Amino acid sequence: MDVKHLLFIILGAVFVNNYVLQRFLGICPFLGVSKKLDQASGMSIAVVFVMLLATAVTWPIQHFLLDPNGMGYLQTIVFILVIAALVQLVEIVLKRYIPALYKSLGIYLPLITTNCAVLGVTVLNITEKYSFGESMANSFGSGLGFFLAMVLFAGIRARTENCEAPESFKGLPITLTAAAILAASFSGFAGVVETLFGA
Amino acid sequence: MIEKNQPSKLSTLTRGIIKENPVLVLVLGTCPTLATTTSVSTAIGMGIAATIVLICSNIFISLLRKIIPDSVRIPCYIVVIAGFVSVVQMLVQAFVPPLYDALGVYLPLIVVNCIILGRAEMFASKNSVADSALDGVGMGLGFIVTLLVMSTIREVFGAGAFAGISLPFFSEFNIPILTQPAGGFFVFGVMIAAVAKITHGKVKHSATGCANCPSAAACGKIGKEA
Repeated sequence: MDVKHLLFIILGAVFVNNYVLQRFLGICPFLGVSKKLDQASGMSIAVVFVMLLATAVTWPIQHFLLDPNGMGYLQTIVFILVIAALVQLVEIVLKRYIPALYKSLGIYLPLITTNCAVLGVTVLNITEKYSFGESMANSFGSGLGFFLAMVLFAGIRARTENCEAPESFKGLPITLTAAAILAASFSGFAGVVETLFGA
Repeated sequence: MIEKNQPSKLSTLTRGIIKENPVLVLVLGTCPTLATTTSVSTAIGMGIAATIVLICSNIFISLLRKIIPDSVRIPCYIVVIAGFVSVVQMLVQAFVPPLYDALGVYLPLIVVNCIILGRAEMFASKNSVADSALDGVGMGLGFIVTLLVMSTIREVFGAGAFAGISLPFFSEFNIPILTQPAGGFFVFGVMIAAVAKITHGKVKHSATGCANCPSAAACGKIGKEA
């Protein structure tokens, strides 16, 4: 497994299969917490962190515990429990040992349990049959893609909040229309990464 | 919060369809709505699967509402919901394998569908078993109807077909972008605007705030002013 291959997975996850804009995972925080730039980036950093950690734990569970014992059907229930427990654990550890980091990330952590992007990335790593290294690369790329989409959209929203929209389009509809344009621009990345790596 | 006068059984059932439509008014469950409405058949499959989970978990959580301690209620709800999702997942895999493949990762993701956790937290944990079941049916119907309308728009105009059957006029003049992610966001936005227009702002959708987010209590409502 070479670096080029991992970079291919990361860039693919950031641009081509962006979790928010192309796969529709994690739309709730994308719409809910993208009003201010600092909140958007705080939330995204917490997501990247939990995604990596969740993958590091769920991948071995699936391959060394569930699969050999023929309990693959428990995947959903085990994964969500692992993520929920992990989020709690991270919260406690951060609070105890790194209070500064807890102050900036802590409030976003409970929200992440019900963020479908995190459960999505752990399940997709298994269904895509990624190796452990590839899974970690994919999780990192997916988290980075989430970060990119959130930060970009926080900037866009600062503008749409102040614009004169038709009465019934005010609020969420105009926000979604802006998201549509952002998603359309991301569609332009399809094929770029493949060409870049000559794959 | 004090419960106002108890709504009738009928309104418990019907308000999910328009007045408190889970997707268009409460703005819950946006991820599966956007992701599975590229074709009518996957949208209906997702709607029915989520509705079954919603009804079962509402009944079960309502039954257990006096036993579950308040402080650990969210993890308990998630376990109940995840259990039912696994059951539905296995049933779909066994009896409708094409749908299982089409829904892919979105089937296990019903666990984190905010409609289900939201109704558990907002309704089933406070109301009787019968009311919770009715609420599940109503909200589920609202979800299915919304998915059906949205997928019809996207499939007919985007792919020129309905439930996989090619339509004479539309298949020649289709707008492919509607089946792409960008079209999903756009159609969703227009539908919310249309509901706002039809109801003349009588139905205040809670937009993107924390009002309906099941984890709002835990996170300190970071985005509350919506």
